[in-house]
Amino acid sequence: MANNGNERSSQKINELGLSKADYKGRPTTLCQGCGHNSISSQIMAACYELSIPPEKVIKLSGIGCSSKSPTYFMSRSHGFNTLHGRMPSIATGASIANRSLKTIGVSGDGDTASIGIGQFIHLLRRNVPMLYIIENNGVYGLTKGQFSATADKGQKLKKMGVNPFMPIDLCMEALIANCGFVARSFAGDPKQVKELLKSALNFNGTAVIDIISPCVTFNNRDESTKSYSWGLKHEYPLHDVTWVPSYDEIEMDIEPGEIMEVELHNESRLVLKKLGRDYDTSDRLAAMQLLEDSCCAEILLTGLIYLNQDQETFQSVENLVEEPLARLKQDVLRPSEEVLEEVMTHFR
Amino acid sequence: MGKSKIKQEEAADKKRAPSPIVNDFTLVVATVNGSGSQTSNLALVRALFRMGIPVSGRNLFPSNIKGLPTWYTIRVNANGHTANKRMCDLLVAINMTTFHEDLAKLKQGGVCCYDDRLAEPTDRQDVIFYPIPIRALVKEVNPSKELREYIANMAYVGVLTEILAIDIDEIRRALETHFGGREKSIALNMRMIELAASWARENLSKRDPYRVERMPRDEERLLVDGNTAAALGAIYGGVSVASWYPITPASSLAEALEYYLPNLRSDPETGKATYAVIQAEDEIAAIGMAIGAGWVGARAMTSTSGPGISLMSEFAGLAFFAEIPIVIWDVQRMGPSTGLPTRTSQGDVLPVRFLGHGDTRHTILIPGTPQECFEFGWRAFDLAERYQTPIFVLSDLDLGMNLWISEPFQFPDEAMDRGKVLTAEVLEELGEYARYRDVDGDGVAPRTIPGTEHPLAAFFTRGTGHDESAIYSEKAEDWDANIQRLWRKLETARQALPTPITQRMDDARIGIIAFGSTDPAILEARDILSSRGTPTDYLRIRAIPFSEDVAQFIRNQQIVYVIEINTDGQMHALLQLEYPELATKVVSLTKNNGVPISADWAVEAILEAEEESHGE
Repeated sequence: MANNGNERSSQKINELGLSKADYKGRPTTLCQGCGHNSISSQIMAACYELSIPPEKVIKLSGIGCSSKSPTYFMSRSHGFNTLHGRMPSIATGASIANRSLKTIGVSGDGDTASIGIGQFIHLLRRNVPMLYIIENNGVYGLTKGQFSATADKGQKLKKMGVNPFMPIDLCMEALIANCGFVARSFAGDPKQVKELLKSALNFNGTAVIDIISPCVTFNNRDESTKSYSWGLKHEYPLHDVTWVPSYDEIEMDIEPGEIMEVELHNESRLVLKKLGRDYDTSDRLAAMQLLEDSCCAEILLTGLIYLNQDQETFQSVENLVEEPLARLKQDVLRPSEEVLEEVMTHFR
Repeated sequence: MGKSKIKQEEAADKKRAPSPIVNDFTLVVATVNGSGSQTSNLALVRALFRMGIPVSGRNLFPSNIKGLPTWYTIRVNANGHTANKRMCDLLVAINMTTFHEDLAKLKQGGVCCYDDRLAEPTDRQDVIFYPIPIRALVKEVNPSKELREYIANMAYVGVLTEILAIDIDEIRRALETHFGGREKSIALNMRMIELAASWARENLSKRDPYRVERMPRDEERLLVDGNTAAALGAIYGGVSVASWYPITPASSLAEALEYYLPNLRSDPETGKATYAVIQAEDEIAAIGMAIGAGWVGARAMTSTSGPGISLMSEFAGLAFFAEIPIVIWDVQRMGPSTGLPTRTSQGDVLPVRFLGHGDTRHTILIPGTPQECFEFGWRAFDLAERYQTPIFVLSDLDLGMNLWISEPFQFPDEAMDRGKVLTAEVLEELGEYARYRDVDGDGVAPRTIPGTEHPLAAFFTRGTGHDESAIYSEKAEDWDANIQRLWRKLETARQALPTPITQRMDDARIGIIAFGSTDPAILEARDILSSRGTPTDYLRIRAIPFSEDVAQFIRNQQIVYVIEINTDGQMHALLQLEYPELATKVVSLTKNNGVPISADWAVEAILEAEEESHGE
């Protein structure tokens, strides 16, 4: 296996001298076995292993079970449990006002695919640098078991009957909105979740990971495509994803042509080891085709679906000074009295 | 100016016209929108302003791009009364479709300059008609086809310059300002103005009494709209994130930010921006971005009007309850619903005060002049950060988009107040931190800014019930304690808000309470009332919650008329709610039809109400 930073996880502390406990959140109040808890664990592990200072992270969410989860990881990071479907706008404002912070957004399928679809699309359109996680279970949990907009057509729920509508594929939406990092994963595949999280946290732009995260209470029957059993049986990873820090040599025992390596903006690398088929993550149309095909093939396709690092981030478009806007002081923020006098001459 | 010259002119006038009326008239230009008449109107207003004559310019425009009726009203008054008037003294009639309707608003003895393509009406023998051969004049100037309509509008500028004795050099200077020194445009427009003026000199025999005369000018005063003043105020308040969504009549506020910020707030070395102005996808996102930015410690604002306020409701409640500093400008327009999008109103007093569900209540500043738009523009940020709450600023279309004469903007006399913010060093000393603990007893609990590098700094901001450590709580006692602290905080904030402006007259028996853009109409109404033997006291509210001065004012009056531009008397209702013991002393007088109130209406409304109360 590669010496890729995962090793440090077995040590007591990371590069910052912090232990895993320093990345802990409050005890979860979600159901036992909820996919979201598994994702929270991987967020903590990824941030710990990446040695991200927790004080430099902001974690945001909307409303719903998924959106409760930021409370359950990284208590040393400022968090904001915002409004239903409106986390993207809060994240946009926070990110533009302090470009030095690492922004993690956690949303759900109800929060993103229904009430929040507009803000989701516009967040991607602006390419606000952040990690946007969708904990997707196809059902409204906190309001006790209604269909969400990602529920499959024909899906059955105890109190709702049969869903008559086609699902919204959030990875497809992200592709259409020109998102530069689009991935799908499965809470039942924690290793892949963690590697994708690490890659996304090193991506300069909006990174979307749509994680199928089973709801053990309302939508975990075997026939549901959002259940554990279905996911375990049908998961089809595009590749074996590994994130590698810039200073590590890749030591992999593999045949040439079987891996693809992508350098990220901070010189860390993504290593994609070929599994069943050839796949080029830089081809947006191919990515759309892939999603279309996987939808019909009754598989849970996972992995990095699309990567494009050539798009300007919102900060860059806005041509901001390096110092975070939120830290600017009066000497910079308030023009002089002389300037005011000069401006007023135009009104005289 | 020599007195003898005036006398000569007066003598000459007597032969043709009644005694001259100097610096006192209302001129209405009736045209269609999109025809470029704004340049002409602004040139007239600026020229009059620079002649030292009190003047205002009001645009009554349709929600349309091109071709619908629009009226521009220029009020000139030596005594400084620049409020709206119901009738006009001079009319420039360019729009055939509204000609008769426009004429109906012309006073007896008034003047109608009209495009000679319109047929002179026969039903108004009591007014003076000056037909202007606009088409022939345009032909003579011969501008390019695309400029023809614009240049045509300069014809009435030329004619008015001549018949009203406006200094043509001031018209030129006004155009220089307007065109930013673009000589070709200035020359072309001036050619038309001069041609029309000389045509008038040679062809019109002046039969009307109206004219202007230079007055001593206060060089400090400004001619400016409230939205520009608000934007500059915000810039002096250090705005660093402004997110907005286009809406009349608030757009020009954000556009003024976009216009001034690059010059005023770019890093001198790198040219990079110390601000971000973001056109959001809707008003929900606009306020959301402002809240996100305010949460991480930036000075953040949004600007909107009624429909946007409706959309912002849920976020306004969140910002109030989660205690995030932001500034929200509401440049009010006529509702309900889309209403009259280009007409003024003061109908958002109650909606904004209680914007959000549950026990939400907001702190509001209400500027009444462009100077106050500037002052509240920066002060709002200090208040928002000091009290960790949204600060709403209620302006309206009349104040925001029309040209007012204003006292100069005052450079902020206070340093920026970022409120109670704990740094890593202070946290280290304290050794513990609870976000919502009222350590000072004033309801304002110190906050930490995300990114503060200390393990104790973080807390979880939420719209859900929380204890003093910001941890989710459904406990009744936690809820009670938090709400009580919030109310304590509001009381603390009340003490720091702008106090009302009170003006008294000797022997006043009645009081008037008003707010915002109605100030000029109220001031004029008081002069009229006083001249008719009814002196009044006047209090102009500048903030909600009210200062103790407001209660004191009402207490000292026998009766107080609360005048406002909405139907139900929203400020009146708030006063009754706040001071139930004084509820019977306040009487509501309202007018809400899209047009700024006139002094005449206010006078009549007060006198009628007085009669009624004495008749009882």
